[in-house]
Amino acid sequence: MRKWTRREFIQVAGGAAGGAALVAGGCFQGSAPRRVLGLDPGTDGDRIVRSFCEICFWKCGIEVHVKGGRATKIAPIEKHPLSNGMLCPRGLGGTGLLYDPDRLKRPLVREGGRGGQRFREASWEEALDRAAEGMERVGKEHGPEAMGLFHHGTGEGFFKRLLGAYGSPNAAAPSYAQCRGPRDEAWVLTYGHPVGSPEPVDMARADCIVLIGCHLGENMHNTAVQEFADAVARGATVITVDPRFSIAAGKSRHWLPIRPGTDLALLLAWIHVIIEEDLYDREFVEKDAAGLDKLREAVKDRTPVWAYPITGIRPDRIAAAAREMAQSRPRSLVHPGRHVTWYGDDTQRLRAIAILNALLGNYGRRGGLFVPSKPEIASPAWPEIGEHGPSVSAGYPLAGEGVTTAIVDATLTGKPYPIKGWFVYGTNLPLSFPNAKRLAGAIQKLELLVAVDTMPMEITGWADVVLPECTYLERFDDLYACAWKEPFVALRQPAVEPLGDSRPGWWIARKLARRLGLGRYLPIDDIQAYLRQRAELSGLDFEELAREGFQKVKGPPAFVEDGLLPVFDTPSGKVELWSGTLEAAGLDPVPVYTPHPQPAPGMLRLLFGRVPVHTFGRTTNSPVLSEIVGENQVWVHVSVARRLGLERGHMVRIVGEDGKRSTPVKLRATEAIRADCCYLPHGFGHSDPRLRRAHGRGASDSDLITRFEVDPLMGGTGMNVNFVSIEPAEA
Amino acid sequence: MRYAMVIDTVRCVGCNACVVACKTENATPEGYTRDWLRIVVRGEFPELRRDIFSERCNHCANPPSVHNCPTGASQIIEGGLVVVDRSKCTGCKACIASCPYNARYVHPDGHVDKCTFCAHRVRRGLLPACVDACPARAMSFGDIHDDGSEVARLVRSRKIHVNNPASGCEPQVYYLM
Repeated sequence: MRKWTRREFIQVAGGAAGGAALVAGGCFQGSAPRRVLGLDPGTDGDRIVRSFCEICFWKCGIEVHVKGGRATKIAPIEKHPLSNGMLCPRGLGGTGLLYDPDRLKRPLVREGGRGGQRFREASWEEALDRAAEGMERVGKEHGPEAMGLFHHGTGEGFFKRLLGAYGSPNAAAPSYAQCRGPRDEAWVLTYGHPVGSPEPVDMARADCIVLIGCHLGENMHNTAVQEFADAVARGATVITVDPRFSIAAGKSRHWLPIRPGTDLALLLAWIHVIIEEDLYDREFVEKDAAGLDKLREAVKDRTPVWAYPITGIRPDRIAAAAREMAQSRPRSLVHPGRHVTWYGDDTQRLRAIAILNALLGNYGRRGGLFVPSKPEIASPAWPEIGEHGPSVSAGYPLAGEGVTTAIVDATLTGKPYPIKGWFVYGTNLPLSFPNAKRLAGAIQKLELLVAVDTMPMEITGWADVVLPECTYLERFDDLYACAWKEPFVALRQPAVEPLGDSRPGWWIARKLARRLGLGRYLPIDDIQAYLRQRAELSGLDFEELAREGFQKVKGPPAFVEDGLLPVFDTPSGKVELWSGTLEAAGLDPVPVYTPHPQPAPGMLRLLFGRVPVHTFGRTTNSPVLSEIVGENQVWVHVSVARRLGLERGHMVRIVGEDGKRSTPVKLRATEAIRADCCYLPHGFGHSDPRLRRAHGRGASDSDLITRFEVDPLMGGTGMNVNFVSIEPAEA
Repeated sequence: MRYAMVIDTVRCVGCNACVVACKTENATPEGYTRDWLRIVVRGEFPELRRDIFSERCNHCANPPSVHNCPTGASQIIEGGLVVVDRSKCTGCKACIASCPYNARYVHPDGHVDKCTFCAHRVRRGLLPACVDACPARAMSFGDIHDDGSEVARLVRSRKIHVNNPASGCEPQVYYLM
């Protein structure tokens, strides 16, 4: 039986005559379908605008239906390489963010001290003047390097350009040091390049997929979930290492409910088994990798029996998993994950993951880690930005990007030099950073805080000037070049006019540049003309981009099977199983397991993650998405609940070690988690009352994460190191 | 001809894309959805099993909601689709009381509302919005009376489950286990 594609239903049901065929073809007795009042909700647009999503960083292609000037619904672009005609719940619910009544609609300027929330609405002229004057003052008194930029999202490029022209090297994204940084540095050390985004992991053709705390299905990265579901349906072996019975764990042949904090011991035992039992890809390792003997020596005692009391996973199960992943090689992969700042030695854990992948010989292979290329987009000839002095991140010599942690530290301590002004674009720092009190202390030391956001997120409550950006459905952004199996360039374009007095990021950056006398560095007055120019300089067809929302670009092969010749930009020119770079920095050249403190009896390690309908705390106020999941629940094992005399559904507070209490949150007493930890989906328990739907609903993990361990390699903040207890919430 | 939905519980990750797709396609009022998820975890740590069901009106072949509707608002249209005509519905809730699947609610405008299998899309040769959007490709839709259809093939190929088979309603949402 041939396999039907979903879209073929259209032909089958609709026939050659299109929409009317169901009727004319006589599929149903009677000549016309019965008229039923209210059957058609009328949400089809009178026009469709193709663009790409910004609800998460995956950036899928979308079709926005617009009817009478109002966006009615969002659908996937059928042929888009990331959407493939499908979309996640967050992307489908994007109109909720657009029409959220709580949006920032006018610029705000602070009246009174920072921390108190007294603002008044201002004109753009006044707000931009105030922001630019503040930046000038910081530059004049402390030097331009005293301005820091925190950024997130597609619009960030304009603000990075602005800060660079202004003269500061201190731009950083929380998505690095609070999220994916360790895996990218581990990959640089091992393979000579970062993992990149979207993760180039060919799950579609893998026969074995290993997930280390990566909860696909709750993490709704569209293409990744599509490929994961395909793999599960094909019967691929899935091995999930997670203290919680995650959605992915429920789809796995092997669920290994590991003791939190011990993943590196498990990984070393797997490396041990694969080397000692001679299961690794000898051809690849001999030709393309360096340091096998030193690796073998380093893990010679790291047996499954050694790992058993550490991880709580039986030796036979450790060995069986290692053998299964090796049997499937090279169509076998260990997913690098995304949010990996857990314990402070995260780059070393990710190094072990990189090494394991190398032993499986999956580099550039189908069903392994492919090597996509990013389309080159040419830029107009703008003036070059001069050299900057060292950034405050220079204390982390192996960090390949700006380190937010270093900017916060420099703000607090004045070392290596003081940071006195923050510009925050599209990132809600109080929910991204550990230790909210410390962050607030840093903010109180600032002479200027400017925030650009679409919503009254907590960070805007701390700002001196709040500049309301319009949403991704109301603006142009810069072109997006995506490295994927088929590389492509995508265009973000507005579906509807901006609401209120909100403006696009490029416009805000441009206006500030002019006020700062830096207009020549960001000479965009007509964004469409600029985008057209970039597209044409790059050999792209702007009309096609505007019509289709994206354009595929021919790139070099991403797979060895298609002609890729791997090149490793490491000191040895090979995959570094043993790292001379790390040894020279006085760090472990091969990952070494270090025990992490475990919770005292009665205490639980606080773990956090996501629910599939939300992106961080950015969407929990959405009228559409908050309706589906409006609050989080704290997962504890039933035995823990029993000990506390609590039941599923009871309202509880989570109590941190320093006595910090969460807002009341529903207890989810379940078998689906270990008894030494609790799990709280992130992004809830907002504290800003201007977020009327999300305010006080559920609990915030960020409030409870007071302790953190800094990764000495790259400044990442390990946040899974907090121990909490649970108490009933007062009636 | 009989339209049916087949949902692969092995593929389904329980992400709610079906729920949001329906909500925005059908512009359901705040606080109401026509479809929803039921997730069942069984066993004791660490021997666990999770089953995920994306649920909605079963468009039963023998629908008590239609039989018990006093005004004829609840009715069966082409392909066996069970729908409510707003102009005839008085909101008396007889159908709600007789539906064994809890698939209906009273719309704030006074009439009863429920999943239509996106009849307005199907009439134009499109798939229901939930089926179309599903990122796990877990959902299929078509004529189960046509042996060559994807839904008929899937139902033959795997162990299937329907909700509350004892209801006698002949539900038309099939779950592949």
